[in-house]
Amino acid sequence: MATIQLVDLAHARSGDKGDTANVGVLVYDPRDYDLLRETLTVERVKAHFGERVKGEVERFELPNLNALNFLLHGALGGGGTVSLMTDAQGKVFSTALLRMEVEVSDEVAERVRGRGRVPAGFDPSVPVPVREGSVPGSGA
Amino acid sequence: MTDDERILRIGSGQGFWGDDLDAPVRQVEGGPLDYLMMDYLAEVTMSIMQKQRGRDPEAGYARDFIPLMERIFPTIVEKGVRVITNAGGVNPDGCGEALVEAGRRAGVQGRARVGVVRGDDLMDRLDDLMAEGHELRHMETGEPLAKIRDRVESANAYIGATPIVKALEQGADVIVTGRSTDTALTYAPMIHEFGWDPEDHDRVAHGVVAGHINECGAQASGGNALADWWTIPSMETVGFPIVEARPDGSFTVTKHPGTGGRVDFRTVAEQILYEMGDPSEYITPDVVADFTSIRLEEEGPDRVRVHGIRGGPATDFLKVSIAYSDGWKATGTLVYAWPDAPAKARAAERILRARMDRLGLRFDEVRVELVGWGSTHGHLAGPPPADHPEVELRVAVRSQDRESVERFSRELAPLVLTGPPSVTGFAGGRPRVQQIMAYWPALLRKEAVQPNLTVDVREV
Repeated sequence: MATIQLVDLAHARSGDKGDTANVGVLVYDPRDYDLLRETLTVERVKAHFGERVKGEVERFELPNLNALNFLLHGALGGGGTVSLMTDAQGKVFSTALLRMEVEVSDEVAERVRGRGRVPAGFDPSVPVPVREGSVPGSGA
Repeated sequence: MTDDERILRIGSGQGFWGDDLDAPVRQVEGGPLDYLMMDYLAEVTMSIMQKQRGRDPEAGYARDFIPLMERIFPTIVEKGVRVITNAGGVNPDGCGEALVEAGRRAGVQGRARVGVVRGDDLMDRLDDLMAEGHELRHMETGEPLAKIRDRVESANAYIGATPIVKALEQGADVIVTGRSTDTALTYAPMIHEFGWDPEDHDRVAHGVVAGHINECGAQASGGNALADWWTIPSMETVGFPIVEARPDGSFTVTKHPGTGGRVDFRTVAEQILYEMGDPSEYITPDVVADFTSIRLEEEGPDRVRVHGIRGGPATDFLKVSIAYSDGWKATGTLVYAWPDAPAKARAAERILRARMDRLGLRFDEVRVELVGWGSTHGHLAGPPPADHPEVELRVAVRSQDRESVERFSRELAPLVLTGPPSVTGFAGGRPRVQQIMAYWPALLRKEAVQPNLTVDVREV
């Protein structure tokens, strides 16, 4: 067994509804969906966020997207314009969840390690060109 | 082409009030398009607009929508693109008026029709509704609206596609609404063009999913996408999403050729999960959509096919968005530099709190974050990195007492000369005192709103 960070196994997006943040977590590789489902229990997520989530944690499964959706109640300091938090709209609860350390097999660890991070040598000042031959309807 | 092969192209032009103003221009000029939808409203936007209207009766809508329309009016008229937007905010009539004038300035007089949808605004009807027994209880706390009635600043029902479809039937080319749901702006044209039965829940549910994908602009086409973000091409010319809808409900998400961004399984799936509650029950005024039934398939570069969606009958209620004033707040920052930057910032916090205590200021909350050390992820960020080059001290306060917040805004700057050393970054001046608009979501029976919805279509 090996320890990896969830960020190498899955990507995520979060948003808000009042004082509740939602985090949608999606595995990069469908083969890892069962692993995600087993690992990311309500208890585990609640413990991960600790004092940052005052209320309940709810979990929903979306096997069609290889995804889980979490509702973190009481996470946004009152939410909306009431909240004094930098992240009043819960935009980065997504990556906060992806910090979680998870135990996986050596094989999975080797396959995914570094998957979610910018590769060595990446230069943000170099533009990424639009792909050639990107023609809608070409089906290519 | 048979009816079954017909494709309707509905592009997204704005994901919020303040989005990229060139995006709608790229949408109407960059390739074929039938409809352009633009979403301007978020939970707190209506109260901001209500406040603007309080100062100026002609305001209360997304003002930057007007110069934008003046710019694209000739193109949309020439190409036959119809525009649907909730830019009308709390003053759809004023917005429609300004739009007609913009059309004339743009030289499309007699060649376009403007439709205005109204009746979502409940502000003037609140007391009557409450007298009739509608308690408008808070959806989470269960408390009746009476508790904060005297502080309500705006109240609007989220309305669905029906009045927009009506305006389309009457030949409107540009339709302005108030608090339409974000998704209705996308699926109303599907109902209109394909002649869907509103009770055909599966098809309408497809439209709702298409609307959810379109409603945040580029967030479905590479913007804010986490998966491999460093490989996403040319975000400087990002193509906003376009839904190619088919009569059977299935649709393809794409964007114009040659634009930046990315449409693939991951960018679309991330957007589907944005602001998601229970995915099996996505409630709209027209249908309840089951997001666990969505099937996504990549069918080519920047093309994702979406199908298989199940829907169920709508509920008897509309959601109501109510904003009420809930005190005052202000946020200020100072930057502390190496050496021992976090220690200096924490010492400054202690001094500031002691001074505010001595002044007897009253706050409901004082929140202190160190930007550069856990201001977003808190304790999850772990131990501080060694030898911080700098941190930003961010102090935010809120109170029902405006004076206390005003006084706070004058207490931060003195720390520059009266606190720990190596402090800078106060060029922005005093923190701005802002009124807090809190959000009160409630449910209201449909029959209390629907008879009041009206549509007005007029020539430019």
